[in-house]
Amino acid sequence: MKFIQELPVLIIVIPLIFAVIVPLVGRLNRLLPWIIASTITFFCFLISISLLMTVLDTGKISYRLGGWEPPWGIEYAIDYLNAFVLVVVSFIAFIVSLYSRRSVELEIIEDKKSAFYSIYMLFITGLMGIVITGDIFNIYVFLEISSLAGYALIAMGRKREALVASYNYLILGTIAATFILIGIGYIYMATGTLNIADLQERLPALFHSKMVLVALAFFTVGLSLKLALFPLHTWLPGAYMHAPSVVSCIMAATATKVGVYAMLRIIFGVFKIEFDIHFIPIANILVVVSSMAIIAGSALAIAQTNLKRMLAYSSIGQIGYIVLGAVLANQTAMTGSIIHILNHALMKGALFMVAGCIVYKTGIEDISGLRGMGKKMPFTMAVFTIAGLSMMGVPLTVGFVSKWYIAIGALNAGMWYLIPVIITGSLLAAVYIWRIIANIYFPEELPEHELQYTDGGTEIPSHKSQYSEAPWSMLGPAIALAVLCIYFGISATAPLSIAEKAAVMLLQ
Amino acid sequence: MTDIIHIIQTKYYYLVVIFLMMIGLYTTISSRNLIKKIIGINIFQISVFLFYIAMAKVKHGTAPILWDKAVVYDNPIPHVLILTAIVVSVSTTAVALALIINIHKEYGTIEEDRIMEKQKLDLDRSNAA
Repeated sequence: MKFIQELPVLIIVIPLIFAVIVPLVGRLNRLLPWIIASTITFFCFLISISLLMTVLDTGKISYRLGGWEPPWGIEYAIDYLNAFVLVVVSFIAFIVSLYSRRSVELEIIEDKKSAFYSIYMLFITGLMGIVITGDIFNIYVFLEISSLAGYALIAMGRKREALVASYNYLILGTIAATFILIGIGYIYMATGTLNIADLQERLPALFHSKMVLVALAFFTVGLSLKLALFPLHTWLPGAYMHAPSVVSCIMAATATKVGVYAMLRIIFGVFKIEFDIHFIPIANILVVVSSMAIIAGSALAIAQTNLKRMLAYSSIGQIGYIVLGAVLANQTAMTGSIIHILNHALMKGALFMVAGCIVYKTGIEDISGLRGMGKKMPFTMAVFTIAGLSMMGVPLTVGFVSKWYIAIGALNAGMWYLIPVIITGSLLAAVYIWRIIANIYFPEELPEHELQYTDGGTEIPSHKSQYSEAPWSMLGPAIALAVLCIYFGISATAPLSIAEKAAVMLLQ
Repeated sequence: MTDIIHIIQTKYYYLVVIFLMMIGLYTTISSRNLIKKIIGINIFQISVFLFYIAMAKVKHGTAPILWDKAVVYDNPIPHVLILTAIVVSVSTTAVALALIINIHKEYGTIEEDRIMEKQKLDLDRSNAA
């Protein structure tokens, strides 16, 4: 019984401790870091499932760190929203670490491999910390833990551009984090507390204060930078493109989602929805910005020639959907937004895994190099197709469910003019995904020896499209994500019911 | 006008904070040298630390320690928060400097313009290959 009560802190402490142990034992055995990372992330996944079950049974869990009572001590507060995000993050972390073995062997130099897994677990710790904590300053600390780990992970990319991409992300990420720190300072000045539940009680009386307005402004800009909302997205494409495949996979699937979670928590949890609408039209501003993100992200994705860069721009568009659903501020749209956190994690994870499989097998990164790949890597391409269809929002895939809810929510909010935005985003997604699917399965006639291969790790002995599939250790996780894309597209009741409860909780 | 003078007289520490913040942000944005950018980021972060320390000061307050003559204490929580934030700032600087060393190894320069030129060359070369 005692053990069960300590679960909320164990999910943070265990990966944190093993992040230190991994580089030590990494010298003993080459496989050990990978085994430890997979086991620990699986363990975190189990804990998060059990936390979600507890939350569904008994409601909010409050864990007192060190036994200090909440307004004074740090509290880990778990409710529907963060239990849900926690499951998503830890599941993706687990499945990506399963996937990572072969990809890391290829893309990371031998003596940095154990360091890679160590930083990977620090990164996961940071993300889960942001999600689980009920203390606003703790959010900042965990945000920086995950960001610092993220900079190091991106810099491990094979090409030297990775260093510059990582540096650019570091500058923008630090500015964002410092903005959040200023915001925390302002609301601490106004209320004298850092506990989120306490802030919820004390802030409404201070809504007329300019201090609180300034705090919200700093939070909005800082968080938008962290989650790469459209005009502040510039760090994201370079970072995702040059990072090792595993890293772009985990970052695309979890890091920006956790940023979105932090935004939901702060803009709707700490500041109440009346404040966002009546005192300053922040919700309306974000509706405009996120609509721009949907259109611009998807449109820019069409222009890309590099597969990972295209997926990165598509992420920017999808983040627009999540933010749009949230700031419409009604229950349906919010549900769509929360469930899109799961859905986008599944499909983007699958797509980046496919990109990693292609790089592993052929070294190809350019879209033009994918011609005729459907014969060569049928399973990988099947995963790509399913996740791609999901990205477009085709019915029976997860992408449809969330876009449907967001669209209905837009109608409920009386903003019918957002429907064309949502549909245009989907159509643009159809363009950039279909361009590739057509290229994969129905290649234009072109002599095989004229195909261009960009530089990459492995030499290709023969340019013929023979069957040469990625190893199962990489394919398995990708297929699992694709299957989930369809499963949750057909029977979305379980995540939907949790997302609905979370939406009700945020909007009350 | 008297308002402004009053603010300058009583809230001058916040003006210092804003001044430093703007210097830091401007340096970060305008400088093309990677090290200078980091210096800018550091100044920007330090201005926020000063903001926290300034807000923690209570009029006639003493240091927050057990002491017989102390009646009013300064608020120690922002101090503690800033200790954490300083650690974060130092580690950010360390990671950034490590990245700069590696960038210098790879590109032979830490001027952003030169790096971008070389990146363009890389891109052309990979397109030509």
